[in-house]
Amino acid sequence: MDFLSEHQPEFLPGNRQLPAVKGAIEAPHGTTIVSVTFPGGVVLAGDRRATMGNMIAQRDIEKVFPADEYSAVGIAGTAGLAVEMVKLFQLELEHFEKVEGAQLSLEGKANRLSTMIRSNLGMAMQGLAVVPLFAGYDVDRGKGRIFSYDVTGGRSEEHGYAATGSGSIFARGAMKKLYRDDLTESEATTLVVQALYDAADDDSATGGPDVARRIYPIVTVITDDGFRRLTDEEGSQIARSILERRLEQPDGPRAALL
Amino acid sequence: MSTPFYVSPQQAMADRAEYARKGIARGRSLVVLQYADGIVFVGENPSRALHKFSEIYDRIGFAAAGKYNEYENLRIGGVRYADLRGYTYDRDDVTARGLANVYAQTLGTIFSSAAEKPYEVELVVAEVGVTPDGDQIYRLPHDGSIVDEHGSVAVGGNAEQISTYLDQRHRDGMTLAEALKLAVQALSRDTNGSEREIPAERLEVAVLDRTRPQARKFKRIVGPRLVRLLEAGAEAPAESVEKGDAEAESDSEE
Repeated sequence: MDFLSEHQPEFLPGNRQLPAVKGAIEAPHGTTIVSVTFPGGVVLAGDRRATMGNMIAQRDIEKVFPADEYSAVGIAGTAGLAVEMVKLFQLELEHFEKVEGAQLSLEGKANRLSTMIRSNLGMAMQGLAVVPLFAGYDVDRGKGRIFSYDVTGGRSEEHGYAATGSGSIFARGAMKKLYRDDLTESEATTLVVQALYDAADDDSATGGPDVARRIYPIVTVITDDGFRRLTDEEGSQIARSILERRLEQPDGPRAALL
Repeated sequence: MSTPFYVSPQQAMADRAEYARKGIARGRSLVVLQYADGIVFVGENPSRALHKFSEIYDRIGFAAAGKYNEYENLRIGGVRYADLRGYTYDRDDVTARGLANVYAQTLGTIFSSAAEKPYEVELVVAEVGVTPDGDQIYRLPHDGSIVDEHGSVAVGGNAEQISTYLDQRHRDGMTLAEALKLAVQALSRDTNGSEREIPAERLEVAVLDRTRPQARKFKRIVGPRLVRLLEAGAEAPAESVEKGDAEAESDSEE
């Protein structure tokens, strides 16, 4: 990163001159990302829709990326900038690991991402914000952790569950009612897909499971064994079983009243 | 005003080469071998933390003999070159050939520049291919030339003797345990022909394993896994070697 800023500063997102524009630029936006911790790891998942104004720009965009072996980033906001930010973030973690011979701590990674978001503040003010969700397995503490961010790069650690993006309000509501702190891995993956379903239910910019085209949310799990993305088979199985239940109960599982 | 002594360019270069060779010869040797599933790096290194081998990029590994600070410098330069390339274009566009060229330029410039002392290092840049045919191994001596090697290569103090030994015995399609055994045998031969024992904790071993599911193929082999592989190699008969390799495979998936 320092090397890059010295030699080819135009490669860094923060160093670009912005053209003067009036009003918001139309560019594809990614929408909802959710994450849940469970004993032994963390799950990070995202829907597949990108929108541009009221139009669906892409149905099958991928918004969850591995950052390195033990962490992942899910992106909401301007898709082009966010993907570039993730690429640079991945590069930086890998570069550090190779040069130093050791991985950055999870806190270190989270801080680094925070600085990168802050460097994008100028763009964010013009409506091109990037707001990722960072989840990883803390090898030192032996547990999964989630970090959420705001547009200014403010970082806060979330306990239990977190969501970002336009559908996050609805997803968070769903997770609040369904979350327990003794979830198993398979329960946690089901929970995030439930939350994404609820987000898609009420937010037009979030995509639900697309049975006809076989496009289902991307679900990733990070544990002691490292990063793993659920295969299309596993992903579709979770989505289909939820869909099946929702045919009888459109609003999803009920939480106890008291 | 004093007139400097005339030194012929031939003599000046020969002196510099001699200086660099002596520096390299002080260090311990290391070997790089092709085996069925990739490329293995083996060297004697008493330190756990200061590595002779390291990862440059997905499929590219680096090995160096000679002066630590000098090759560490080159290693970091290589990682920067590779990461910048991969970020600018694509991960597939980073190749061992490109990297070896950059190293050759750097070493060549330093070697012939009168202002600097020549680097006392000898490098190996290796890239593992999708199939054994795609494997590439380049050896870069101190003067900036490039040698395209096949099968096996040795650099460092006793390199010539070791590479003759390896050339006679190395064959394509060896298992990891077999290749490791051969490498250790080669390294444990002294200049005077006698053999000495190198304990597992003094060995540094790393592989570029083409069967690894991740994009990054470089992996260090340490601790119990190394001991198991050495034992599998020692129990020479083919079956036990196969078994040891299968065991190693399941280990890498953990």
